[in-house]
Amino acid sequence: MSETAVRSSITFRLDQEEITVQGISPTTTVLNFLRDHLGRKGSKEGCAEGDCGACTVVIADLHRGQLRYRPVNACIQFLPLLDGKQLYTVESLRPAPGELHPVQQALVDCHASQCGFCTPGFVMSLFAFYKNHASASREQLTTALSGNLCRCTGYRPIIEAGLVMYDYAQAVPSPEISALTAPAGNPVGQDVLIQQLQALAADPRSVALAHGQQRFFAPKTLVELAGYLAAYPDAVLLAGGTDVGLWVSKQHRDIATLVYLGNIAELTTLTEQDGWLDIGAAVLLEDAYTRLVQHYPVLQDLHSRFASLPIRSAGTLVGNVANGSPIGDSMPLLLALDAHVVLRKGDETRELALEAFYLGYQQTALQAGEFVQAVRVPLPSAGRALRSYKISKRFGQDISAVCGAFCVALENGRVSQIRMAFGGMAAIPARAYHTEDVLRNQPWDNASVEQAMQALASDFSPLSDLRASAHYRMQVARNLLLKFYLQTAEPAVQTGVTRREVCV
Amino acid sequence: MNSSVGHSIRHESAHLHVSGEARYIDDLPEPKDTLYAAVGMSTQAHAELRRVDLDRVRQAPGVVAVITAADIPGVNHMGGLFADESVFAVERVEYIGQSLFAVAAVSVEAARRAVLLADIDYAVLAHNLDIRQAVAAGHQVMPPKQLQRGDAETALQHAPHTLQGQFQLGGQEHFYLEGQIAFAQPKENGDLLVYSSTQHPHHVQEMLAGVLGLTQKDIVVECRRMGGAFGGKESQPGFFACVAALLATKTGRAVKYRVDRDDDMLLTGKRHCFDIVYAVGFEESGLISGIKLDYASRCGISADLSGPVNDRSMFHADNAYFLENVAIISHRCKTNSQSNTAFRGFGGPQGMMAIEYVLDEIARYLQLDPLVVRQRNFYRTDGSRDVTQYGMKVADNIIHEIVAELAETADYTARRQAIQAFNAANPYLKKGIALTPVKFGISFTATHLNQAGALLHVYSDGTVQLNHGGTEMGQGLYTKVAQVVAETLQIALADIRCTATSTEKVPNASATAASSGADLNGMAARDAAQTIKQRLIRFAAEQYAVAAEHIVFANGRVHIGDVANLSFAELAHQAWFQRVSLSATGFYRTPKIHYDPHTLSGRPFYYFAYGAAVSEVLVDTLTGEYTLQRVDILHDVGNSLNPALDIGQIEGGFVQGTGWLTTEQLYWNAAGRLLTHAPSTYKIPLAEDVPAMFKVSLVNKKPNPEDTIYRSKAVGEPPLMLAMSVFYALKYAVESVAAHRYSSRLNAPATPEEVLLAIERLQNQPEDFPA
Repeated sequence: MSETAVRSSITFRLDQEEITVQGISPTTTVLNFLRDHLGRKGSKEGCAEGDCGACTVVIADLHRGQLRYRPVNACIQFLPLLDGKQLYTVESLRPAPGELHPVQQALVDCHASQCGFCTPGFVMSLFAFYKNHASASREQLTTALSGNLCRCTGYRPIIEAGLVMYDYAQAVPSPEISALTAPAGNPVGQDVLIQQLQALAADPRSVALAHGQQRFFAPKTLVELAGYLAAYPDAVLLAGGTDVGLWVSKQHRDIATLVYLGNIAELTTLTEQDGWLDIGAAVLLEDAYTRLVQHYPVLQDLHSRFASLPIRSAGTLVGNVANGSPIGDSMPLLLALDAHVVLRKGDETRELALEAFYLGYQQTALQAGEFVQAVRVPLPSAGRALRSYKISKRFGQDISAVCGAFCVALENGRVSQIRMAFGGMAAIPARAYHTEDVLRNQPWDNASVEQAMQALASDFSPLSDLRASAHYRMQVARNLLLKFYLQTAEPAVQTGVTRREVCV
Repeated sequence: MNSSVGHSIRHESAHLHVSGEARYIDDLPEPKDTLYAAVGMSTQAHAELRRVDLDRVRQAPGVVAVITAADIPGVNHMGGLFADESVFAVERVEYIGQSLFAVAAVSVEAARRAVLLADIDYAVLAHNLDIRQAVAAGHQVMPPKQLQRGDAETALQHAPHTLQGQFQLGGQEHFYLEGQIAFAQPKENGDLLVYSSTQHPHHVQEMLAGVLGLTQKDIVVECRRMGGAFGGKESQPGFFACVAALLATKTGRAVKYRVDRDDDMLLTGKRHCFDIVYAVGFEESGLISGIKLDYASRCGISADLSGPVNDRSMFHADNAYFLENVAIISHRCKTNSQSNTAFRGFGGPQGMMAIEYVLDEIARYLQLDPLVVRQRNFYRTDGSRDVTQYGMKVADNIIHEIVAELAETADYTARRQAIQAFNAANPYLKKGIALTPVKFGISFTATHLNQAGALLHVYSDGTVQLNHGGTEMGQGLYTKVAQVVAETLQIALADIRCTATSTEKVPNASATAASSGADLNGMAARDAAQTIKQRLIRFAAEQYAVAAEHIVFANGRVHIGDVANLSFAELAHQAWFQRVSLSATGFYRTPKIHYDPHTLSGRPFYYFAYGAAVSEVLVDTLTGEYTLQRVDILHDVGNSLNPALDIGQIEGGFVQGTGWLTTEQLYWNAAGRLLTHAPSTYKIPLAEDVPAMFKVSLVNKKPNPEDTIYRSKAVGEPPLMLAMSVFYALKYAVESVAAHRYSSRLNAPATPEEVLLAIERLQNQPEDFPA
């Protein structure tokens, strides 16, 4: 156990106040804290699993010295994760009694609320957008609202409100209020908030909470982390909490020890070196995918279909990988790219090809006390074509029926390298080795692809469940290979219907 | 303020919605010592209860009370049309999710943890969720009903062409964003105040009286607003109110029952799934000469509202078409699943989908434009072919004009040709387009429900409190009714407060359902306002010695001949001072309607609402995924009370209907467990699913021929069925892969999987399919 100084409370900012909390269960959700402890009833519980968005709140924090506004689902976000951050709820937004924030006024004027229960969540998602973007397009807005369900309006007036909300921005008297009501690009009042957050961050102590049988640690260094993991081998590692939150909100599980990774600088970085992109364990999905798309623009569709913006703004890519779900959407892509994982235990690290990491259903190569420190993704190299397709009932914010990723390199019209991997087809995210073999060294043509499509049956025998039948999964997996072929070999043939695919 | 009616006034709570200040039941201040409820649910689809051991539940931390059927002071059923649904199961469970017992504990978490500790020994019995198996086995919640006109059998025999087929329509979860909730507070003398998120406070009051062994006078049920309802809070809230009230009575403490989303979806009923078999005979022109429809619906374990829901499916089997020879049978199947209930459209959507399916098949078979076939079958306006299969004359038919105008403005014909060219040129992507009409009957088919009351107080400062029996679920009813009162009294909307719906204010109110909220409550409120207005006129006439006909209310002022010109507030104050009653009730009963439930004939509807939509889709034939590219809607609301609210209902209804027919799939596993019981697994439309080209227009200058409130028309349900156009656009796109020669037999919801399976059927074995 390290001897680093710790504090047994957390401190965050809410509106213009600093709130220090101790003596409460560390698995208390932000939503329950707001509603039950602070009497702030504006944020609503619609599902308690981060899918409906009625509880959306906005967290402002410093990211590389810049203010960043993240919409998150308060229903699955644990309270200690607010430490050192600024929280905004729907109650924060009114600039003065009787007045409305530009986002709120735009929604009123566009007739964008009916029953009103989802509305606070939409307000907060739009508020985050407003603070992060200086202008809005319809497509940006629908992506930003992918985590908010509305059952009444049909969304059209909400989108319209997002398009006109900037027209409502106007000069207001105080910097504190301006920090709220000014859109992105207008720095009024921001420096005050930055200073306040820097002051909170200046506390050198890390957080160590105890409540009954529960413990929560937020180490600031890898050394400190190693100490906790050695002392509490059964500790649950927490990054975004988008999965662990459900253990509490839905499964009513007791979690004895939580160790939060988000305060360790080494784990929050994206680094590029020697042809590899290293994504640390605490890098948000949104940041990871934004960077991946910079390198691989064809991944834009996958990025926007990966969960919702609030989930991507809390969850991490490494969490997705380490969780090892057979229907996780990052893994087919990473397997197709031959990504690696860096595993760490104490001072020791080892690197493993991702495909060697998954051993069986919810079983990984992690040893006791070991954790995934980073995912390493090869950067693009010439001559390789890549695609990753996600297929689900609904385009946005759904869980895959099938997710397939394909990477091919050709020499003289023949397949010199091929890797393809699928989610939703087996107990683990897995490569299609037989099918790859069928294609390797063959001409990249229709006949080869036809053969390969049949070969997929020797790689997979998928299950039928609520998301898809085995038959559909197999047929779609085959057709995705065909689609990949068409998109690489016959790009003039139209094959995409989603907004970000090449579309008619 | 003047002519408030007809303007796009914002929702009366909009500023509270956006600021988070609108209070829903879970947001109300709680009395000290409030307890929280949870319910223990069956884990078996059909079983005898050998033993229910709740000792560990009782001993769980924080538990204050545990109740079962034995603790019910009144009757262990929730009334309704039939006494066939218990609060807590006794001896036998019939679906996974059925309630067995309830707990009150000091926190929500403690209650939810405690119910998981029950030790229950089930003797498992065979269960069934299949609709046609239930028909074969005679498992029904009510006997089947038949409705016929002419001789369908003979017409089919003589028809030059016949087609027959079968298809399925899935059910639909309401997915109101605010889950079911009730908050019961004991009062003196054993009385109860219950806050219930309900479309039907009086029904909750009735149920509570029965279950608690009280009378209706002992119970107040109040609802200020719901976070959505869509029919899911018509009969269903009674259960939650009963659980909270039983526990409150038992403990003497306030008890709140806010149900977790998963439990809500496992416990409560949904839109009925339908299996439909059809046989149709038709002429070369596509004109239907005879049709037989066999509807079978999954009702779940009890009747609930399944009777009237299925009746309405029979009433809407015609949609906008004259069916000269028609025979409809409707089976109301008992299955081991949630007891299905009201859902926006109330059986109408399923009824209409059948005839639209048939017409689509006829058009495909004859290689005609489906729109042409539809138009040929429309009810006529020349005095012939204008009586429904239940004997009601369609006297207000405007579907011809609506469809013609929409086809023109949406450029239907040219787009259809462009789509045919696109499909010919594209091997993997296919487009589809469809224009479908809606004719929807307005009124409760149960005639006695077509009544409403209102209560209006004018205070001595001239401001008004308005109350009526209708409930606010987001549709803007409070706004519309306040507009009616503002218009009648010629005062500002800001001077009117619509107060929470309460059984204490207006008794015996009908459910806010059947799209009737503004029609009924608007009329009742106007009646009350007119009563007060007449009293004020009589008073002013006497006071100022001016003939009553020279007293005019306008723009917040009252002109009393040439003698005086007062503000409304001044007149109200004077009237109060002179001891004039400024409080009045209002009442309304819909005229002209009558209906014989045994012969299924009469005039069940006061009038019809009409509309039409064109949808265009783009389908990926490799994956079955698709996007909705463009939607054009023209919809009839008579003289709109509030165009913004009406357009909100149309857009919202359309998108909700699109969800029903596309991504919203209910999936029960082999054990009979509903696995799609949360938004992670049950997929309603998202913002990005709404097309960028989404054009909604109101039919211009067509006042309701019937004397409704300001000649408006109801708008709650009809637009949902505009989404049929999306389904038939998908069907068109799918069938283009085989040049429309074969039926895709596409079922709803047309998930990507369903679409791909339909495409495979067409691509792989066309010889198996009769042309």
